[in-house]
Amino acid sequence: MNFNATLIGQSVTFIFFVWFSMKFVWPPIMNALEARKKQIADGLAAGDRGKHELELAAKKAADTLREAKAQAAEVIAQADKRSAQIIEEAKMAAKEEGERQLAAAQANIGQEMNRARESLREQVAALAVAGAEKILRREVNAQTHADLLGQLKAEL
Amino acid sequence: MATEYASSGEYIKHHLQNLTYGELPAGYVRHDGTVLTEATKTFAHGAEEAAAMGFWAINVDSMLVSIALGALFLFLFRLAAKKATVGVPTGLQNFVEWIIEFIDGSVRGSFSHRNALVAPLALTVFVWVFLMNAMDLIPVDWLPYAASMAGVPYLKVVPSTDPNVTFGLSLSIFALVLYYSVKMKGAGGFFSELAFQPFPKWLFPLNLVLEGVGLLAKPISLSLRLFGNMYAGEMIFILIALMFGGGWVLAAFGGVLQWAWAVFHILIITLQAFIFMTLTIVYLDMAHAEHH
Repeated sequence: MNFNATLIGQSVTFIFFVWFSMKFVWPPIMNALEARKKQIADGLAAGDRGKHELELAAKKAADTLREAKAQAAEVIAQADKRSAQIIEEAKMAAKEEGERQLAAAQANIGQEMNRARESLREQVAALAVAGAEKILRREVNAQTHADLLGQLKAEL
Repeated sequence: MATEYASSGEYIKHHLQNLTYGELPAGYVRHDGTVLTEATKTFAHGAEEAAAMGFWAINVDSMLVSIALGALFLFLFRLAAKKATVGVPTGLQNFVEWIIEFIDGSVRGSFSHRNALVAPLALTVFVWVFLMNAMDLIPVDWLPYAASMAGVPYLKVVPSTDPNVTFGLSLSIFALVLYYSVKMKGAGGFFSELAFQPFPKWLFPLNLVLEGVGLLAKPISLSLRLFGNMYAGEMIFILIALMFGGGWVLAAFGGVLQWAWAVFHILIITLQAFIFMTLTIVYLDMAHAEHH
């Protein structure tokens, strides 16, 4: 074990190696590691944010759904009410129309009856006149007279 | 392969000898008895020659292997760094990021100040020391044998069993500790930290000795711990390898032992790399901390 210039050679070599690794090895690898660490942290943060946003969106969707349901229920209730009203109105209108038509029919019937009565009366009068004429022509024949009268009676 | 050596002692010595290149002085008697007429630059043959080369020699094997491993480390990590994306990481990037995050966690846990140098420093220390230690898992004879086939007389493949390597690391770190101590606390603050505690101020020579020893113990213990562990581990591998030359029963037993020791060694090499890195961080943290 004797010391010689290898000592100096080793020191110089060592210093050069340290310098090289300080200059060209350590910084790039460390930078890559730091950058990756940051990227992962960013990714995790983004994931958290996304999760949070998802929660918010789900809440919002639930709210919207509830609102829509309430609105739909309201619309249905209104529609029910409206339909009941329309039916009621239709019923009323039908009833009124029915009554009106009934009245019109009754009025018609009355008119027809009057007209028939009128024409009957005219016919009766005409018959009476005709009967009278016949009676006047065969005044002598009492029997015939009675017949005529009987005929009249029957015709009345 | 132990049979190729004259004795097991020589085998062990051979395995513990670095491939040292340096200058032998004129008049030096070489291992084979030849006398150098003038100063010669050559590879040392044996520990005596390596010692005779003095300080200005270099362990070529330690340097080449450690530089190759460091280059492998930086190449792989640079490759991953260039391709680093924010997206899903795959293969190499995943592996590199795993190590980087582990280092980053250790630095955050032990270092409570702001300094862009510490984390890359810890990364380099950990991976480099780990790779150098991991060379220990290659069976001790493979690479030296291949090298001797290629005409290289010595090859010590585990750089962290060379104290030059571990001290090279720990002294560089110690220099950083001194630099940041002075930078953060000022020269006066650093001195008062060494001189005015733990005892009252009038005992400052005693304080200075105590704290000075404590300060110097840091780089020495840091490097000796790594060196000692790896050297001992390597030694055990070498001793086990000696058994391969002692008949098939001993060789089979040696095989089992080597496997078991290698498995245990996986823990040791990782642990030593981790301890080296953690202590580096802690020492630098202490250098930054204001003393109360």
